[in-house]
Amino acid sequence: MIPSLPRPAWLRAATALYVGAFLLFLFLPLAIVAVFAFNNAPYPAPPWHGFTLDWFLGNEAEGRIGLFRDSELLGSIWTSCSVALWVTGLSVAVGTANAFLMEREQFPGKGILSMLMLTPLVIPGVILGISILAFASRLADLCTELFGIEADFLRPGLPLVVLGQFSYIAAIATLTISARLKRFDRSLEDAALNLGASHAAVLWHITLPYLRPAIIGSAAIAFLMSFENFNTTLMLVGSDAPLTIMMYGRMREGATPVLNAVSLFLMTASAVLALTLMRRGKRQQS
Amino acid sequence: MAETAAGALWYRRLVLALLLAPALLWLLALIVLPHFDLALLSFRARVAPREYVASLAQYRSFFGEPLYWHVFVRTALLSAFATALTLLVAFPIAWIIAKLARGRMSALLFVVCLIPFWVSETVRTLGWMILLRESGVLPALLVHLGITAQPVELLYHDATILVGLVYTSLLFMVVPLVGSLESLDNSLIEAAYDLGGKGWPILRTIVIPHAAPGITAGCIVVFMLTLGNYLTPTLLGGKNSLWFTEQIYAQFITRFNWEQGAAFGFLLLALSTAMVWLGLKASGQRFSDVMRRV
Amino acid sequence: MSTGAAAAPDLEVSAVTKRFAAHVAVNEVSFSVARGSFFSILGPSGCGKTTLLRMIAGFIQPDGGGIAIGGRDMRNVPPNKRPVNMVFQHLALFPMMSVGENVAFGLARRGVGRAERTRRAEAMLERVGLAGAASKRTDELSGGQRQRVAIARSLVLEPTLLLLDEPLGALDLKLREHMKVELKQLQSAFGTTFVYITHDQSEALVLSDRVGVMNHGRFEQLGSPQELYYSPATSFVAGFVGANNRLTGTVLAQDGALVEFDAGGGLHLRVRANAAFTRGAAVDAFIRPEAMTLARTPAELPPGQSALSGEVTDMLFDGANSVVLLREAHSRRELRIALPQTGAFADLRAGARICFGFDPGRAICFPGTHG
Repeated sequence: MIPSLPRPAWLRAATALYVGAFLLFLFLPLAIVAVFAFNNAPYPAPPWHGFTLDWFLGNEAEGRIGLFRDSELLGSIWTSCSVALWVTGLSVAVGTANAFLMEREQFPGKGILSMLMLTPLVIPGVILGISILAFASRLADLCTELFGIEADFLRPGLPLVVLGQFSYIAAIATLTISARLKRFDRSLEDAALNLGASHAAVLWHITLPYLRPAIIGSAAIAFLMSFENFNTTLMLVGSDAPLTIMMYGRMREGATPVLNAVSLFLMTASAVLALTLMRRGKRQQS
Repeated sequence: MAETAAGALWYRRLVLALLLAPALLWLLALIVLPHFDLALLSFRARVAPREYVASLAQYRSFFGEPLYWHVFVRTALLSAFATALTLLVAFPIAWIIAKLARGRMSALLFVVCLIPFWVSETVRTLGWMILLRESGVLPALLVHLGITAQPVELLYHDATILVGLVYTSLLFMVVPLVGSLESLDNSLIEAAYDLGGKGWPILRTIVIPHAAPGITAGCIVVFMLTLGNYLTPTLLGGKNSLWFTEQIYAQFITRFNWEQGAAFGFLLLALSTAMVWLGLKASGQRFSDVMRRV
Repeated sequence: MSTGAAAAPDLEVSAVTKRFAAHVAVNEVSFSVARGSFFSILGPSGCGKTTLLRMIAGFIQPDGGGIAIGGRDMRNVPPNKRPVNMVFQHLALFPMMSVGENVAFGLARRGVGRAERTRRAEAMLERVGLAGAASKRTDELSGGQRQRVAIARSLVLEPTLLLLDEPLGALDLKLREHMKVELKQLQSAFGTTFVYITHDQSEALVLSDRVGVMNHGRFEQLGSPQELYYSPATSFVAGFVGANNRLTGTVLAQDGALVEFDAGGGLHLRVRANAAFTRGAAVDAFIRPEAMTLARTPAELPPGQSALSGEVTDMLFDGANSVVLLREAHSRRELRIALPQTGAFADLRAGARICFGFDPGRAICFPGTHG
C-alpha cells in the first residue's frame, strides 16, 4: 500500500498499468484534437490525408478558411478576452475587499454573510444564468415602464455575461485571498506602525505585497474560468458570442478542422499560463 | 482626546461601510434578489397577455408531464452514478500521488493530472467527439483490428455521456482526495499493518474514515457540477441525452416560457442543495470547511 | 523479568547492513536480546538506529545479514507476519477510533469475536491503569495516557518483541521523567522483551538491561548501563554517555595500565588506558566531573592524587547536580567538577583559586581522533 510495506509483483504491475491507462484516458482526447488540426481533409476524422497548415493559414480562395483568416472566430476570441479581463478585474477587487471584510472586521450578521459568499459555488451555473437573466429583464422592463428609458445593458449581451460570470468567480477569488490573509502575521503591521508608517503605507508596503501571490493566482484562475465558462454564458449571451459559445454552435453543425486549430491555440495559451504560474509559485517557495 | 476617539470610531465605521458595500452589492444584486425573483416567477402563471396570477401551475405541469420528471430523475440518477464512477477512477490515482510516488515524481504526476483541466471543456468534448463518432478514430480502429465489420456509432449513448462526465469531473475529485490522503500519517497505516491489518480492513477502518472529508467534498462538488452540466450531455448524448438543464434552456430560450423554466430551475436547485446538505449531514462536516478543500 | 543467560534470545541480529544509495545507514550490526529484557539502542540522530528498528519490524529490507525473532529467521517475512509489534514515534493512535477500538484493532484483524475482544481490550486497559477509558476519544487523553494506549494496543497481541521508536521524544521534560519510570514498570509487569531506541542517554541508562551505543551505522559498544558509564570502550561512548571532561594531548609515556600525557601548557596527567600507546601519539582523555575532588589546599586531597589548581569561572547550581566550572592554571583548559553534596564549597565564587585532583584509575583515555 505504501512503499514501506511489501507489495506483491502483480500489484506493482497493476499500479503501473493503471497509471498508464489513466494518462492515456486524460490525454488521448487532447492529443487527437491537436493531431487533426493538421490533417489535410475537410473534416476532423480519420484517415490521415497528409500534413497541412491550411486550418491555420488558409483563406477563402482555397476554400478553406484557416484560424487566422476566420474573422468570426478571431472576433469571438477577442470577445472572450475582453469579458475575461472585466471579470478578472471585478472579481479580484471585490475578492480582496471581501478578504479584509471577513478577516479583519467584526459586524452583526457576519456568519450569515460568510455563508452567503460560498453559495454561488454550489448553485449550478445554468441557474445562476437564468436567475440573473430574469431579474435583469424585469429591471429593464421596470425602467421602460417608469422612466421610458431603454436599459439595453440589462438585456442579454456582454454586460450581463460579465455580471453572470463575476457572480461566482468572485466567490473563488474571495476564498483564495482570504485564505492567505488569514495566515498573515499581524505583528508585521504593528511593527510597521510602530516604525512610524501610516495605515495607508502599511497596507501598500506590507499587507498587499504579502497578498500578491494570492491576488495573482486568483486573477489567473478568474481569467481562465471566465474564458472557459459555458453554462452561465449560454443563458446570458446576446449577439456577440464568446469563443466557447461560438465553438459550441459550430460543433453542433459539424465543424471543420479550424476548430481543432483554435483548440490547439487555446491549449498552448493555457500551457504557457500554467507554466508561468507554476514557475512563479516555485520561486516564491524557494 | 474625546474628539480623536470619536474620529477614530468614525474612521472605522467608514472603512467597514466601504468594505461591506461591494460584498452586499454583489450578493444582493446578483445572488439573493435574482433567486428571490426566480422563485416569484416560478409561482405565477400567465392568464392573458401581460396578466399574471399566483399559481402552482408550473410545478403541477412538472409532475403532470411524465417526460419532465422522468428526465429529472434520470439526470439525478446518472449524476449520482457518474459521481461514484469518478470516485472509483480518481481514488487510485490520488493514492498513488499522495502515498506511492515520491518527491518530484509525485508532484509531476499531480501537475500532469491537472493539465487537461486548464483547457476548456469545449475543447475536451471536441476531442471525445472526434474519437467516438461513427466516422471517428475509435470506430475506425475497431474496424482496422477486425473487432467490428462496420464502423459503429459510439456517440449518443448513456455510456458516452458517463465517460464525458467522469472525464470532466476528475480534477474536482483528485484534488480534495490527494489533500486528504496526504494528511494521513504513514505511521497509522504501518501501525495498522503491524497490528495484523491487511489491505481492505486498513482501507475501511483507517484510510476511508480519515479521507471522508475529502471524499465528501469531492462527491458534493462533482455531483453538483454534473447535475448542472449542459455542454457534455448535449454534445456527447445528442438528442438522446435528455438532461434536465436542456429542459431549462428549452423553456427559457427556445419557448420563452420563463415561468416554467424558473420552476425547473428551482427544482434543480432544490435537488442540488438537498444533496449537498445530505452529504454534509452524512459526514458531519461544515459547509465552509468543505468548500475550502476544493 | 530476569536477564537469565540460559533463556534463548528473543532477537538475534547478525551482521545486518543497509545502504541508501552511497550512504551506509547500518553497517554489519550484530547483537542479541535475551528473553524478557529491556534493550536500548542509543545514538545521535542520523546514526541509523531508526533504520535498524524498522528492519527488525520488517518495514525495511536489509541488504545483508540476518534477523531472527524467537528463534525464527525473518527473511521474507512481511511486517504483519512477524511476532513483533511497534510503538511509533508519534504513537500513531487511530484518531477515527475510540481508545477501546484502538486496543481491539489487532484482535479484530485476527478474527477475535466482538465480545471477546472488547473483554480483552478492557482487561488490557485495566492492566495499564486506564480502566474505563475504552469509550474515550484518543484526543481526550493526556500524553502519558496516549502512550499507555499505544503500548496496550501492541501488548494485547502478546508479541514476542515490542519495538519502541522514541515514544517519549514528543513529551515535555517533566512527563518524560515520569513516563520513564512507568515504562520500566510496565515492562517488568508484562515481562515482554522491549527493544527501545532513543537519543537520550539518560533514558537508555535508566530503562535498560543492556544498551547498544550506535554511531555512523555501527555499534560502538554493547553492554550494561554500568559498563557503558564506567568502562566506555571508545571515545565516542565516553563522550556521549553521561557528562564528561574531554582533554586532548600527546602521550609522554606508558606504564602498564597508566598513560602519562601532556595536555598543553606543561600540564602532565596520568590516566588509565586500554590500549598500547607510543610516545608522541595523540590521545583523548575523559574524566567524569564526579571523579574529581575539590580541595582548598593540596594537602586536603586524598593521598596518591597529584594536586592541580585552577581559577573558578562559574558556579552552576542545580541541586544535587551542581558543578563548578574552572580553568586549569597551566593548560587554560575549562573543566567541569561536581560539587560535593556536603555544601563544603558552596561559598566558591568566580575568580577564586582552588585545588583539585582525581584518581587516575577513574579516568580513561583512547587513541586520539584529532590531528
